[in-house]
Amino acid sequence: MISAQLPILQVVLPLLAAPLIVLFRHPGLAWLVAAAVSWCSFAIAVALFFAVPAGGAFDYALGSWAAPWGIAYRIDSASAYVLVLVSLIASVVVTYARSSIAAEVDRDSHYLFYAMFVLCLGGLLGIAATNDAFNLFVFLEISSLSSYVLIAIGRRRRALHAAFQYLIMGTMGATFYVIGVGLLYLMTGTLNMADMAERLAGVSETRPVLSALAFITVGLSLKIALFPLHFWLPNAYAAAPSVVSAFLAGTATKVSVYVLMRFLFSVFGVRLSLDALHLFDLLVGLSIAATVAASLIALFQDDLKRMLAYSSVAQVGYITLGIALNNADGLTAAVIHLFNHGITKVALFMLVGGIVLRMGTTRFSDMAGLARRMPFTAFGFVVAGLSLIGVPASAGFVTKWYLVMAALERAHWWLAALVVATSLISALYVWRFVEMAYLREPAGDARRAEAPLALLVPAWIMVLACTYFGLETSYSLTGAQEAAAALARGFR
Amino acid sequence: MTSLLLHPGLLLVAGGLLVAVLRGRTRAAVILLLPLLALWLVWQALDPAAAVTVQFLEHTLRPLAPESLSRLFATIFAIMAFGGGLYALNQASRLEVPAAFVYAGSAIGAAMAGDLITLFVFWELMAIGSTLVLWSSGASRASFRYLMVHLFGGVLLMAGIAGHVAATGSVEFARMALDTPWHWLMLAGFLVNAGAPPLSAWLPDAYPEASWSGMVFLSAFTTKTAVYVLLRGFPGNEILIWIGVFMIFYGIIYALLENDMRRILAYSIVNQVGFMVTGAGIGTEMAVSGAAAHAFTHIIYKALLLMSAGSVLYMTGKRKCTDLGGLFQSMPVTCICGIIGALAISAFPLTSGFVSKSMVAQAAADQHLLWIWLALAAASAGVFLHAGIKFPWFVFFQKDSGLRPPDPPANMRAAMILFAVLCIVIGVWPEPLYRLLPHATGYEPYTAAHVLNQLQLLLFSGLAFFVMLDYLKRTLTITLDTDWFYRVLAPALWRALCAACSVLRRSLTAASVGGAGVAERLQRCFGPAGLLGRTWSTGATALWMMVLLLAYLVTYLS
Repeated sequence: MISAQLPILQVVLPLLAAPLIVLFRHPGLAWLVAAAVSWCSFAIAVALFFAVPAGGAFDYALGSWAAPWGIAYRIDSASAYVLVLVSLIASVVVTYARSSIAAEVDRDSHYLFYAMFVLCLGGLLGIAATNDAFNLFVFLEISSLSSYVLIAIGRRRRALHAAFQYLIMGTMGATFYVIGVGLLYLMTGTLNMADMAERLAGVSETRPVLSALAFITVGLSLKIALFPLHFWLPNAYAAAPSVVSAFLAGTATKVSVYVLMRFLFSVFGVRLSLDALHLFDLLVGLSIAATVAASLIALFQDDLKRMLAYSSVAQVGYITLGIALNNADGLTAAVIHLFNHGITKVALFMLVGGIVLRMGTTRFSDMAGLARRMPFTAFGFVVAGLSLIGVPASAGFVTKWYLVMAALERAHWWLAALVVATSLISALYVWRFVEMAYLREPAGDARRAEAPLALLVPAWIMVLACTYFGLETSYSLTGAQEAAAALARGFR
Repeated sequence: MTSLLLHPGLLLVAGGLLVAVLRGRTRAAVILLLPLLALWLVWQALDPAAAVTVQFLEHTLRPLAPESLSRLFATIFAIMAFGGGLYALNQASRLEVPAAFVYAGSAIGAAMAGDLITLFVFWELMAIGSTLVLWSSGASRASFRYLMVHLFGGVLLMAGIAGHVAATGSVEFARMALDTPWHWLMLAGFLVNAGAPPLSAWLPDAYPEASWSGMVFLSAFTTKTAVYVLLRGFPGNEILIWIGVFMIFYGIIYALLENDMRRILAYSIVNQVGFMVTGAGIGTEMAVSGAAAHAFTHIIYKALLLMSAGSVLYMTGKRKCTDLGGLFQSMPVTCICGIIGALAISAFPLTSGFVSKSMVAQAAADQHLLWIWLALAAASAGVFLHAGIKFPWFVFFQKDSGLRPPDPPANMRAAMILFAVLCIVIGVWPEPLYRLLPHATGYEPYTAAHVLNQLQLLLFSGLAFFVMLDYLKRTLTITLDTDWFYRVLAPALWRALCAACSVLRRSLTAASVGGAGVAERLQRCFGPAGLLGRTWSTGATALWMMVLLLAYLVTYLS
């Protein structure tokens, strides 16, 4: 049965496509392969999403080696949710990529771009699909290494420096993760996460296990760009080609958040009382610092892409806040914000890609009168911006609602107030764009120069998705609720 | 879902977006037909069989669950959208009418909502729509301040609703007591939109910055939706009486000081909403009905006054009383309609204001609230002074300013005449309005006592105005704000009041001035070159990782 092979196809297809693209070399052909693979991955992910039984999971033993010995893939509601998110964003972004990189990447490197793109996609999907802690590290490195290349591939000289900085920091994060996994292996003798969760039973209070928890938390905190380990992100996103910023903003940090949740709730949380360790208290503090500080930093940026990047750091704070509240609503908020913020940020970065193409700049002061030159782009930016703020009837509102509910369930009313208050700061930085784009007179050439449809259509699909998933929440919300339940339930 | 397409509010919102892309005659036809269709749908929605439920986030929403108050408010909102649309047909800005329809549609949606989440969604949409109306006139800084105040109100409201839902598990919009902090938060969110202190200043700050037709729309929906939710959610809370009385006098005092004709009318909105908030605070059947009826008539006559003022602005480009005068000779229709509006706002017998305003005073009398009744009576005289006489006198009569503009275009005249006729018809024949009210009060406006009482009040305050007229003429030429009126009142009392009120009035400006200092400090910390905003070296990140690792280890292992 082909359907039984879906978990492995999900990962192997993009991985195999990468060398194929390098062999083809032709930019058009490379794009075709990358697009076909991305859309196939999306189809597979959707099939898995609907096929995963509630409360159950698909298991796949690689090479028919049974679970504790061989590498096992395991797709439950949580992994399926992340698979859909990543492959959806990849599919939309790859459709958009063709015209965008034509302007931002040298033609000679196009095939390399697509090869790295599918490699990165394969790595990200692998992280979500695998149930093996070390295999997860391998995929983490595959996706990270390819993303360093993707960031550096553009024409900007700054990108090299940003990619190098990200390389060093990202490697430190990965090293921390692998140290943690090593300590766990030492204590449990297994790398299979389900097995690990079981075997932690006798040793859960030992120092190596607790140290492993600390290493893994810090290592992944860097990968998700949790304040104050976020310094790689703004530079990387700002310097990368727009399509890479869009892709990474919607997927890379989100997948790492998934790994963090998996380890906290499904591996450690089963045998350890995380509340007693005060882990969540620390995480609440960091989340608040992230939302407040990064929102304020975003407010003062003079570059559109850096503003969006810092806003991502702030939004990561909302996600970790949901995790730190450690109740059903909080976890639901965290999971659904992976999706809601993913589509919102992708929409915004894709629109910025159009601006880069037409205006050749992302400086705030050059956005004066943008609405007259690029009306659809500017309007799309405002609509997606409303979702960033969390205005009702936008995707962002759903998250905000659950986050507030979760905080109130914990009787942290001040936290609820903080969540709604920080959304006012995001309103301020979105307004800055509105004021520039709509109220200032364009400097110099004010002729209409809208982004080409090849860029505008994918971006607007995401913009409309921001509104659609704010009104019709049956898939995104029930999916997130089941995913949260699956994470909390662990591998039992 | 299909029946949700028949939601009058959503229809108007969607229609607003349609208007944005239309041109010429089709556009005009759509602008005029949409509100009438919405009005028809409002009345269709009263049938319980039409009730619609929507699942959203584990809650069952009832976006179309009108009760008796909803019908009254949704009806007048639809009428207002029609009148405003007719008046604004020749508005050059192509954004204003679409934005106004989104605004009106969301106000209708809020009035028809049976649950708090739907209410909140429309509440926020209303803030966005009204900001766009304001924005279309090019007043960017005013619209930013306006938006920020309303987003702040929205934040309060959302926090309140979330807490209420978390505590009770119910999203239904029912009458609430002020027993939990959540209900206080909701009340605060409602009051921000009502223009209550301490944030009253947003209203006169923002509305006069709108275009000549924009202010007609703005005057109708935001504050009256707030009155509606207060009447439905919090009737009978004594604190509202005091807030209402404060608003009444705040509005009068500032309107008397003001020189800009549309700012006079903006302060007068605060004053009139004060009557309604007082009614909500008294909370008896008579008071609630009176406040609702007053909201109904107020929307019509305030729109009429603003249409008249807007016509003057449209034809002359001037808005200061001192620049205007003598316009009755060349703008007879505008002048007569303005006078009818002024009579209605002063509650002159045979106008709409008379049949509604006295109900609130009657409710106060019924409850033996002597001081409130006296305050309301004094305020009625004050209303006559600032809006009833001052506005028409200085704009249309007074000295001859030498301006000879003709009456405005036909559509604007038609809108004014329509609303003027409504003012008179409701005044002469109030029964249909009374039947719309949530409670049958059996109130009879035209008793000898009522009429005599009101006429005495009006005649004496009118007399006071004209006795002082000579006095006015001499000092009016330079400033109106600080001069003539406080010579009548005890100067000391006056200055004290003035100081207190100007603190309130300047609260917005002061906040932005004080905000500038804060912003500078924030910039120093968070700006691109600031401590947190600049790019840190890789080493710094490594250091932070070690710090965090240590922090985690210490907490885990201790």
